[in-house]
Amino acid sequence: MNSRIERLRKLSFETRPSISAERALLETEFYQQHYGKHSIPVLRALCFKYLCQHKTIYIGEDELIVGERGPAPKVVPTFPELTCHTVEDLRILNDRPMTGYRVAEADIAAYRDKVIPYWRGRSMRERIFSEVPDEWRAAYEAGLFTEFMEQRAPGHTALDGTIYQQGMVDFQRRIEQRSAALDYLNDSAASDKYEQLKAMGIACEAAIIFSERHADLAESMAAETHNPARQEELLEIARICRKVPAHKPDTYHEALQMYWFVHLGTITELNGWDAMTPGHLDQHLQPFYDKETAAGTLDRKRAKELLCCLWIKVNNHTAPPKVGVTAKESGTYNDFTQINLGGLKSDGSDGSNDISYLALEVADELHLLQPQPSVHISRVTPERFLKAAGRVIRKGYGYPSVFNSDAVVMEQIRVGKSVEDARQGGTSGCIETGAFGKEAYILTGYLNVPKILEITLHNGRDPLTGTRVGLETGKAEEFASFAELYQAFEAQLNHIVDLKIRVNNYIERMYAKYSPAPFLSVLISDCIDTGRDYYDGGPRYNTNYIQCCGIGTVTDSLAALNTHVFEGRTVSMKTLLQALQENFDGAEKLRQTLWNKTPFFGNDDERADGIMRRVYDSLFTAIDGKANTKGTVYHLNMLSTTCHVYFGKMLGATPNGRFAHLPMSDGTSPSQGCDRKGPTAVIKSLSKMDQIKSGGTLLNQRFLPSVLASEQDLDKLCSLVRTYFSLGGHHVQFNVVDTNTLKLAQQHPDDYRNLLVRVAGYSDYFVDLDKDHQEEIISRTEQELG
Amino acid sequence: MLNELPTFFDIKRYALHDGPQIRTTVFFKGCPLRCFWCHNPEGIGCGLEVVIVQERCIGCQECVHGCPEQALSWDGTAISRDDERCSLCLNCVEICPSLAHEAVGYQATIEEIVGEITKDQPFFDQSGGGVTFSGGEPLAQAEHLLMLLKRCGELEIHRCVDTSGYAETPILLEVAAHTDLFLFDLKHMDGGLHKKHTGVGNEQILHNLEVLSKNGVSVRIRFPLLASINDSAAHVEAMGRFLSGLGSIEHVDLLVYHDLAGAKYRKLKRPDLTDRAYSVTAEIVDRTRRLLEAHGLTVHLEK
Repeated sequence: MNSRIERLRKLSFETRPSISAERALLETEFYQQHYGKHSIPVLRALCFKYLCQHKTIYIGEDELIVGERGPAPKVVPTFPELTCHTVEDLRILNDRPMTGYRVAEADIAAYRDKVIPYWRGRSMRERIFSEVPDEWRAAYEAGLFTEFMEQRAPGHTALDGTIYQQGMVDFQRRIEQRSAALDYLNDSAASDKYEQLKAMGIACEAAIIFSERHADLAESMAAETHNPARQEELLEIARICRKVPAHKPDTYHEALQMYWFVHLGTITELNGWDAMTPGHLDQHLQPFYDKETAAGTLDRKRAKELLCCLWIKVNNHTAPPKVGVTAKESGTYNDFTQINLGGLKSDGSDGSNDISYLALEVADELHLLQPQPSVHISRVTPERFLKAAGRVIRKGYGYPSVFNSDAVVMEQIRVGKSVEDARQGGTSGCIETGAFGKEAYILTGYLNVPKILEITLHNGRDPLTGTRVGLETGKAEEFASFAELYQAFEAQLNHIVDLKIRVNNYIERMYAKYSPAPFLSVLISDCIDTGRDYYDGGPRYNTNYIQCCGIGTVTDSLAALNTHVFEGRTVSMKTLLQALQENFDGAEKLRQTLWNKTPFFGNDDERADGIMRRVYDSLFTAIDGKANTKGTVYHLNMLSTTCHVYFGKMLGATPNGRFAHLPMSDGTSPSQGCDRKGPTAVIKSLSKMDQIKSGGTLLNQRFLPSVLASEQDLDKLCSLVRTYFSLGGHHVQFNVVDTNTLKLAQQHPDDYRNLLVRVAGYSDYFVDLDKDHQEEIISRTEQELG
Repeated sequence: MLNELPTFFDIKRYALHDGPQIRTTVFFKGCPLRCFWCHNPEGIGCGLEVVIVQERCIGCQECVHGCPEQALSWDGTAISRDDERCSLCLNCVEICPSLAHEAVGYQATIEEIVGEITKDQPFFDQSGGGVTFSGGEPLAQAEHLLMLLKRCGELEIHRCVDTSGYAETPILLEVAAHTDLFLFDLKHMDGGLHKKHTGVGNEQILHNLEVLSKNGVSVRIRFPLLASINDSAAHVEAMGRFLSGLGSIEHVDLLVYHDLAGAKYRKLKRPDLTDRAYSVTAEIVDRTRRLLEAHGLTVHLEK
């Protein structure tokens, strides 16, 4: 890391996120003057243009890659057209201890006086919530599912290599040609397409205006500076900003700036989930790197410095603030820009290259919250690349996460994508599979599967509130067999999923009609060709995902019911329900029995894994193939991000012996501390899930640093990954635990029984060591993580 | 019939230290040696044992009421077991809701054990790992060991045997015919001191090592290094001389002593002789390594 990067990193790392009302004010001004004069797509494009013309332009000292969404780094704009924060919301954001955002009094006043009066009753959130049926609202408030589109726009977007071959001027030409070819005589949608294409053309113009304004600023800064080296840099920045994104890039530096302007455009236009990602950045950059290093105009050091600049830019862009349920489901500064490294080329050959290694070095040295790199491992990926990733993993940043390219391709082929598009696809957000640059793959919300079991046990009522939130599927005390219970659970599951989809499909049309994204549509194939918006089925592929949470908790709970109520008859349903209602108060013996004497998911034990498979199949049947409004379908996805914490809060005590309101199992991982046979058993259990039928699964594994210390340990880690992937696994990430985790493990040994620790010549479970030695391991871990 | 079944105390998957790559280690119960530094004291006695993990006890006293021999009692704060009365029926282990009673050791059929081993076969195949039979002393149950080795051989699973080397030579050779790699402990070169610290002499052990070597069997030496017991330069020199005279030694694993097993001794009601005084310094480890390397041996350090 050179001194420039050190300074930029420090600024990015240390600046506290704050909110700026600038975007909200500009947008309000614009809407007050223009609403009603244009079609909605054109209105949205003109609004984007207005923002590009008037927003504050920032070029920081030392910067080589330029552009900020807000007026300065870590300053986050708001999107009142989607969710209009109240004054109280803004104060909460300013005051809350976790993921707070500073909000200046002047901005709060601007909101109170200008923004709120205009947007009240007009925001998407209010319009959606005013239309949802009571049944949906009751289920939503009980925490049976979340709704992604109440505060952010549908998103989840990753790019392919198109922007490195075509600039905005090229897109404009294609848009004009397409518009000229519209068939008004035979195509009843021709005028809609005209408006949409017109909007896309305006969006291209807006992006060019935005970069030109950076060029102007860079030139004036160059004229003022007394530092000749910086002057030269600023003039080069100005030259590049006059070229991209209007035209395709020709140098490595131009390519990075091209991407960055496009990234900023999409996240300025709207506030889509998971921001934006370049996708396979290494594959996109390699041709520029090769050309320039051969010509001698670029060396590795400079390439790395520029890549660091992009990395820091991403980190400057804190996720926009969420409130209410959404803040609980994913309250984080991370906006989930996931950069894919390695993987496959479209011809099926290995995609890893010099930039892949360079990016790993950058991620390691900067170790920032964002972006989060992932490595994509296929059968043809060299071991050297996986090991290079392993060397970063063991530092304990929680990344890179590791994906199975072959599975990611198969998942996409299963749903009808071409092999080439599937290979150019990858994962974005946390683990979600998509065809980069060609697909709208929309996350619609998390599904609280253990909660569905809970209401099944209470005949459709939420035991925490007594409210009816689901179907009346019969009294649990009257189920004569596990089969009857399961049938009721399945009926309840189908009901809840259908309820969610009905409303999602309504919301989907709301976005298509009232909040199109013309700039994003320019970038995603085949929106220009179809003349349709990204939110209206314009892309080549359109997928809706429902993300299922708590497979570990629900499996273990069903296994406990099966083992203790139906098979062993050690406890009656009535007694068990009573104990759950009282959160096991006075029933510790029963709780311990449930927790310790039930076959749990994650131990390669067919008694539990068979139930997991059954639940997974039921989820698949309930979700996969259900129609969305774009002529395509829903698929299931198995992840929870941080929603397992919120869902856990909304869930009473569960039959697996979990106390009320504690987090449920995360992603597709086993319940916390319930995998007691080591990582190979976890992987075997997980591989019994037919993951190819999902749009991604998420497996978290925890290791102590000592278990990953030597080269041989690294080999074993790589073998774990390769074996999991050969068994059909989609994703795994390794969290190297820190001393805080170990201290928690001392206090709550039950939740941490899986922590393997290396001592001389052998390994043992951390919680099985006596206190003195636990202390010793803690102090050693502190040293190892440095 | 129970006594015809082998006795084990654990099967550990993703064992990181018992041979090459990802392995499953099967721990036989029972050992003829009595090394006070043993970090697996569960493997010392050959019979079943049952222990109490007091921290887990929730005081429900189900076990007290359920014990057919009235061997358990509750004094208001903790459970205790009268070992004289205990018939090892394991009823308490069965009924304890919080896993406070723990059986140390169990018996299983060869096929059950093989079933457990093959669960991780995909990991063995991918990594080049396999199964390791350890203990206790696996050669003390040689017939069962042989059956397991043969079955694993049929399944193309790489086999390690981790042994003290204390067994009759013909038995060892028969086992060797079905073993891909030995992890062979070498504790002391001096017969008298060996007997003093481990309870048996080293003549048979050294002889066995020579025989294995002559037969070209792959061997890794495991040398537990303890301060004041076997870390003197003279002793290490003697070991280096002996080992360099053998063929087929892949390398020497230097196992640095630690006292982490103390809790296990106390749990098993065995005298806890662990003591940090036996821990060697980094300088001694380094010297030992250099002395062995000077004899052309490859040394791996397990810390």
